[in-house]
Amino acid sequence: MTQHSVQEVKKTTCYMCACRCGIRVHLKDGEVRYIDGNPNHPLNKGVICAKGSSGIMKQYSPARLTRPLRRKSTAERGAGEFEPISWDEAFAILEERLGKIRATDPKKFALFTGRDQMQALTGLFARQFGTPNYAAHGGFCSVNMAAGLIYTIGGSFWEFGGPDLDRAKLFVMIGTAEDHHSNPLKIAISQFKRNGGRFVSINPVRTGYSAIADEWVPIRPGTDGAFLLAVIHEIIEKGLYDRDFLVRYTNAGQLVNCDEEDDEFGMFLRTEVPEEEACYDPQDKLWWDRKTNRPVVTHSEGADPCLLGEFEINGTKVKPAFQLLVERVKDYTPEWAEGVTGIPAATIRRLAYEMGVTARDQKIELPIAWTDAWGKEHETVTGNPVAFHAMRGLAAHSNGFQTIRALGILMSILGTIDRPGGFRHKVPFPRPIPPCARTPNHPNAVQPNKPLDGMALGWPADPDDLFVDEAGNPVRIDKGFSWEYPLSVHGLMHNVITNAWRGDPYRIDTLMIFMANMAWNSTMNAVEVRKMLNDKDENGEYKIPFIVVADAFQSEMTAFADLILPDTTYLERHDVMSLLDRPISEFDGPVDAVRIPVLPPLGECKPFQEVLIELASRLKLPAFVTKEGKRKYRDYPDFIVNYETEPGSGIGFLAGWRGKGGEKHLRGEPNPNQWEMYAKNDCVFHYELPKSYQYMRNWNQGYLEWSQRNRITRYAEPILIHIYSEVLMRFRQAARGKGFSRKPPAHLAKRVETFFDPLPFYYDPLEAQVTDRHKYPLAAVTQRPMAMYHSWDSQNAWLRQIHAHNVLYVNTHTARINGIEDGDWIWVESQWGKVKCIAKHSEAVEPGTVWTWNAIGKAAGAWNLAPDANESQLGFLLNHLISEELPSCERGSDRRVSNSDPITGQAAWYDVRVRIYKADEKVGAGETARTEPQFAPLKPYPGQPERKSIWNYFAGKNQ
Amino acid sequence: MHPAFSVIFLTTLIGAGQGLFLALFTVESYAAFGLLPAQASGFYAFGSLVALILLALGLFASFFHLGHPERAWRAATQWRTSWLSREVIALPAFMGAVSLYGLAHGFELNPVLASLPSGAPVHLTAVLGSLGTVLAFALFICTGMIYACLKFLREWHTPLTVINYILLGGASGFTLAAAFAAQQAPEVMPLLAGWALILTVLGFFSRSASLVRNARLKPKSTLQTAIGIKHPKIVQKSMGFMGGSFNTREFFHGKPRALLRMVKWFFLAAAFVLPLILLAAGLVQAAGGWLMLAFVVQYLGLLAERWFFFAQANHPQNLYYQSVA
Amino acid sequence: MTQLALVIDLNVCVGCHACVTNCKEWNTSGPAGPLVDLNPYGKNPTGTFFNRVQTYEVGEFPNTETVHFPKSCLHCEEPPCVPVCPTGASYKRKEDGIVLVDYDKCIGCKYCSWACPYGAREFDEHQRVMKKCTLCVDRIYDTTLTDEERRPACVRACPTSARLFGDIHDPESEVSRAIRENGGYQLMPEWGTQPANHYLPRRKTQIRLREDELERADNPLKIDRQLPKPAQAEPALDDVTSW
Ligand SMILES: Nc1nc2c(c(=O)[nH]1)N[C@H]1C(S)=C(S)[C@@H](COP(=O)(O)OP(=O)(O)OC[C@H]3O[C@@H](n4cnc5c(=O)[nH]c(N)nc54)[C@H](O)[C@@H]3O)O[C@H]1N2
Ligand SMILES: Nc1nc2c(c(=O)[nH]1)N[C@H]1C(S)=C(S)[C@@H](COP(=O)(O)OP(=O)(O)OC[C@H]3O[C@@H](n4cnc5c(=O)[nH]c(N)nc54)[C@H](O)[C@@H]3O)O[C@H]1N2
Ligand code: SF4
Ligand code: SF4
Ligand code: SF4
Ligand code: SF4
Ligand code: SF4
Ligand SMILES: [Mo]
Repeated sequence: MTQHSVQEVKKTTCYMCACRCGIRVHLKDGEVRYIDGNPNHPLNKGVICAKGSSGIMKQYSPARLTRPLRRKSTAERGAGEFEPISWDEAFAILEERLGKIRATDPKKFALFTGRDQMQALTGLFARQFGTPNYAAHGGFCSVNMAAGLIYTIGGSFWEFGGPDLDRAKLFVMIGTAEDHHSNPLKIAISQFKRNGGRFVSINPVRTGYSAIADEWVPIRPGTDGAFLLAVIHEIIEKGLYDRDFLVRYTNAGQLVNCDEEDDEFGMFLRTEVPEEEACYDPQDKLWWDRKTNRPVVTHSEGADPCLLGEFEINGTKVKPAFQLLVERVKDYTPEWAEGVTGIPAATIRRLAYEMGVTARDQKIELPIAWTDAWGKEHETVTGNPVAFHAMRGLAAHSNGFQTIRALGILMSILGTIDRPGGFRHKVPFPRPIPPCARTPNHPNAVQPNKPLDGMALGWPADPDDLFVDEAGNPVRIDKGFSWEYPLSVHGLMHNVITNAWRGDPYRIDTLMIFMANMAWNSTMNAVEVRKMLNDKDENGEYKIPFIVVADAFQSEMTAFADLILPDTTYLERHDVMSLLDRPISEFDGPVDAVRIPVLPPLGECKPFQEVLIELASRLKLPAFVTKEGKRKYRDYPDFIVNYETEPGSGIGFLAGWRGKGGEKHLRGEPNPNQWEMYAKNDCVFHYELPKSYQYMRNWNQGYLEWSQRNRITRYAEPILIHIYSEVLMRFRQAARGKGFSRKPPAHLAKRVETFFDPLPFYYDPLEAQVTDRHKYPLAAVTQRPMAMYHSWDSQNAWLRQIHAHNVLYVNTHTARINGIEDGDWIWVESQWGKVKCIAKHSEAVEPGTVWTWNAIGKAAGAWNLAPDANESQLGFLLNHLISEELPSCERGSDRRVSNSDPITGQAAWYDVRVRIYKADEKVGAGETARTEPQFAPLKPYPGQPERKSIWNYFAGKNQ
Repeated sequence: MHPAFSVIFLTTLIGAGQGLFLALFTVESYAAFGLLPAQASGFYAFGSLVALILLALGLFASFFHLGHPERAWRAATQWRTSWLSREVIALPAFMGAVSLYGLAHGFELNPVLASLPSGAPVHLTAVLGSLGTVLAFALFICTGMIYACLKFLREWHTPLTVINYILLGGASGFTLAAAFAAQQAPEVMPLLAGWALILTVLGFFSRSASLVRNARLKPKSTLQTAIGIKHPKIVQKSMGFMGGSFNTREFFHGKPRALLRMVKWFFLAAAFVLPLILLAAGLVQAAGGWLMLAFVVQYLGLLAERWFFFAQANHPQNLYYQSVA
Repeated sequence: MTQLALVIDLNVCVGCHACVTNCKEWNTSGPAGPLVDLNPYGKNPTGTFFNRVQTYEVGEFPNTETVHFPKSCLHCEEPPCVPVCPTGASYKRKEDGIVLVDYDKCIGCKYCSWACPYGAREFDEHQRVMKKCTLCVDRIYDTTLTDEERRPACVRACPTSARLFGDIHDPESEVSRAIRENGGYQLMPEWGTQPANHYLPRRKTQIRLREDELERADNPLKIDRQLPKPAQAEPALDDVTSW
């Protein structure tokens, strides 16, 4: 009974998913005996999930890569024929190739990374290398959610903020299945329900979290904008908005130039104010003061702006932003929305009233004194306890940005931003709108042997911030920050392969993919993209000449590599969850964390972090070598401890235990014992802000100054919520040929003008606009299964028993109309492709929607599964039906645009329209009960562990 | 339930063995009372050997059902509560009795131990035979009760289960005995064949009664009681795993309904109707060949019957294991 | 007398399967293990688990409830699986009511699994003995563990704390209170097995709105939507009558 006495317990951070819970790894004779949640960890408080609990099976999976591999010179790319090489050879190959590229044209090297959480390092590497062609998964993931809210409230869901379910009374969850904050959200939802809170889920499908919702509101995919605008309509109509909040904390009262003839049409009126030092967003806009009935500078002492009405200043027609919002939502009635969303108008009204009345009547007053950015003292912090959470159900549509703007505005008019019971920020958010980082705006930022002159990713504030050449053409391979997708703040990874293959905008030489399965799960149009990866030009050269894949497993992507770099697992490496990146902060303050290896690397696996440090040192990238060109950092741990953003800045990757003896935090000189101190403290650093800095942070003087002092932001000005987005208006203005900034190329002017509306509006998803809806009547979406992470976990012996294959869920009624019985084999067809799969009836899905679990289907033989494994024979990938490009809407043009949100470039996964029919009816005899399409089975690579047929795991007895 | 061949063979083989023994002892009893000509000891000895072989084969088959046959002896310990444990005791005990009975006959070691009030002598074999008879019935009851005692396996939870085991085992044993007698002791053949006919007819009625009963059973457990939700429409969407588990292998026959129906008609014909015809033919023509054929057909029929017995039993646990997704 | 048990709150279970794999993980390397996996990387992978989470749909669209339903051995107070065991390998502990299998005695006859109406036992195809949830006896009495840790693995893992653990015979325990206060119930009560594990049903929270809540004095529209004032010159009743 004393299991533990013979064991060793080491603490680290989980990475079976991006939630990054604290874990304790119990070892027995050097093997993993048990992994449980670390009770002292602020995120998961001791709990763990299905994936986290299955870490053992990841560690000892036969899908693991253990040696650097080079494509056999005799083998075609994609055939999966490799020969092992040494790391020395691998580095030599890379050093030579990348060195040449860097010395000639750095943008011919593209580094794209998938579901990682180390963008601070990969981004630094790319920038130092000098290439603009760098991004992580955000573009195909949820950039709409990030951008939509950050451009509205200065923060977002995702890792940057969330619902305060501790204090909320009403919780509305929209389009969320599992999300990144997996365990914390589960802890919070159950607590919330137990405390008597009311939980409403808006989702075409009822599973997972939605299953325990008090009310499920089925909605047609892609129509949430209509729903949210109708709710806003009702809330304003009934006067349920929080006027005080809107006045003081948003731009609702600011006067907008409404004179269509005027060059400044659509912009805020400005006045001269005394210039302040380091000012990002001067408080120089105007209110129309209700009391004196004349314009005043915003936030003038004693003034109270009109929120509605129309006024004239020096002959210019002006209206408060809120008036424009009211005009915008005038026709968005619940009756109208019912026709779009399928939600009864009465339900929309009732939900709007529930939100409005709960926010107004169940106010929370916390006795926390704070001072606002205008110097006004407040005795208490007020909360309107209506909390929202939304994710990819909103984000993964081509109208997602505007929909999410609508959500941000709804949350704001209810007065719930960074208040108890509402939405709460997490450090490093809130940030100015938009945040200050910018990409270069000219191709000459890319120079041989020089770092990129600017950040590869940033936040454009106006057209001059776009990364385009004189003619308005993109500089980046993914066309990010171009006129096609101006606010593509996370890049468009999903178009890199197609663009590079086509040579549009140009050819590249080396594509390096880290932790992304771009031949499968994270690519749209997988069948064709797999061909592009192999395609050769007229000279017999591969169109993408060299592909490097850094992965821990034999994924579908690795088959297309010329060079495979075997990464370690999360249990074998040092790693940081840094404030420079996507930290795991809590509402009450910043949190960062580390991974410390609990096991030695398997075989010749090498942490990708080490690979980058090594490469950067060999290539003599300035940040990684001394002035004399000598290597600066021994290895990754050394880099993490000693790297400072600028010499002497005192800011590094880790915020905890800085200063020589670890006595400082957030800023301080490097501490040689920093890793040990993290190790001693559960691998996590949690800085709790004083209570008075924990709320109202957009406008909280104390917090803003604290944040500025610690260089989390540059400015300490109030961050007013953008009910009306002047940023968007600037792009629209440019598209209309107004203003002094750059103008879009003619063929994109209409597009920019249409979508860059300063107020949210509803439009049909772009794919629907180019689809015959009678022919393709159904929307097809995927969901995250809680017990699987993307395509990672089919190699996991325990998790794959839970999800061995996926089926397509169809509403029973819809299925019957189509003559489809439960369990029938069917074809699912979109304009772009078709797949054969098994249908399953369900009462928990909206009749116009079909859905499946994401990425359960696999290519035969991948992940070192047997070629007849269920994943490849019965499971399927929906991505085969989704196109990465759409015909552009211009008449008579053969131009194509990314199948993405026209504002942010967010991949529009959930826009696809399909039809379904029984398989045997249309295809006839000879069909086998097997999914289509199929691909030639992959064989195991050299060095992969053997694939067991009986696995009797018992820690300490397996050798 | 998933029909396990080890158990099918076990129950049918020992049933026939028990029946055969009962048939032998019936002959001896009739003879003791002068109702039949006395038979040579060889008849009983050889008959017992055949019965013993059937029992041993059954026992052998049963080992295939065990995960750890080497620990089978442990199964005798829980006779206070477990019908299986009781069977495990009854079977060897019965085999012992059969062996002693056969040996006593084989070595003609058959002293008179006492005499009845009527003056009729009580031979050792009569005592052993009576003991064997008691044990044969005990074994029938144990075997039957193993199934009949499981109250939520409602197809099994009926006295008919025990009665069927007795009648069907008896019928097959007597049929075999008749075929055997046609060779060795033609004068007792008609009696045995007659009993075989009677038992087969009775078995037909009682087995049909159980079929009728089972067809009318309304499940007591429903999805509603299984998960405790009172709603008329509940459908399982996922049983929590997709590649199968013990629960999907052990408790489902996994065969189409049509096959079940076919097997039912087959066993009704093969275990009852055909043997009746063959027995009658054999009896009339005094043809051992017909009788042997009757046994073979009936035994095959009983294999099918036993397969069906398992397949038809619907375990309530199946409510929890209906849907792969 | 003590009867330890799990109480599973269907009102908060989101079907995440944490309890499933954490149970497997804890038990495979412990006294109850190893828990075999067959064909782990091939067709139809299958293994021994003590706990499974299932999903049911209740009702018809749009009035559908999706119910996630975890199930492990219920540690019945009248366990039908115990008396049928011919070897005594299956037993119910007097001291805490836990139903266990002694692998060293088990002959793998599977009879106990036939006698369990709940399908809670799983035969280990490799070790060839019957297995089932042990309520983590090897954790809950391990004095080298902290109090927090001396709970079943699945209970600790569960992110929604949908799994409560304790003595249902102690009326003051958390589990007894939860059963009492939330209408806790047993599965298949018709067989008299008296499962010790209980389930807590779904509950619904609603908001009832009254008409007057939409028409209130502090309605900001009173400030923002100034009622239109007619011009002085517009005709009024004063122009036509004088009372
Ligand atoms: N277990 C697990 N956790 C994960 C992941 C994983 O693979 N596995 N992936 C991680 C990653 S990378 C991400 S980005 C997050 C994503 O987290 P989520 O956003 O929760 O992920 P999705 O599964 O895309 O969920 C989208 C939900 O939106 C619904 N939906 C689809 N279209 C619409 C719509 O138009 N309107 C509404 N209202 N709903 C809609 C779908 O039914 C689904 O429930 O999860 C992260 N967490
Ligand atoms: N149809 C459809 N497609 C989708 C989505 C959808 O909802 N529907 N969701 C999209 C979203 S939001 C996302 S984020 C993407 C995710 O898509 P990807 O980023 O491609 O995620 P994975 O498929 O998991 O691939 C990640 C790769 O990381 C590898 N890996 C795992 N652990 C390690 C490690 O420790 N080191 C290294 N080097 N590699 C490792 C895995 O083996 C795998 O090959 O998918 C997108 N694709
Ligand atoms: S939620 Fe993610 S990080 Fe947390 S335990 Fe599960 S897999 Fe690990
Ligand atoms: S649930 Fe089944 S195995 Fe567990 S005690 Fe009850 S009858 Fe026995
Ligand atoms: S399988 Fe083992 S525990 Fe079950 S009844 Fe047989 S001997 Fe007992
Ligand atoms: S109590 Fe222990 S053995 Fe039982 S299901 Fe939970 S983790 Fe598994
Ligand atoms: S861990 Fe908890 S929430 Fe998850 S399936 Fe199990 S009981 Fe339900
Ligand atoms: Mo994602």
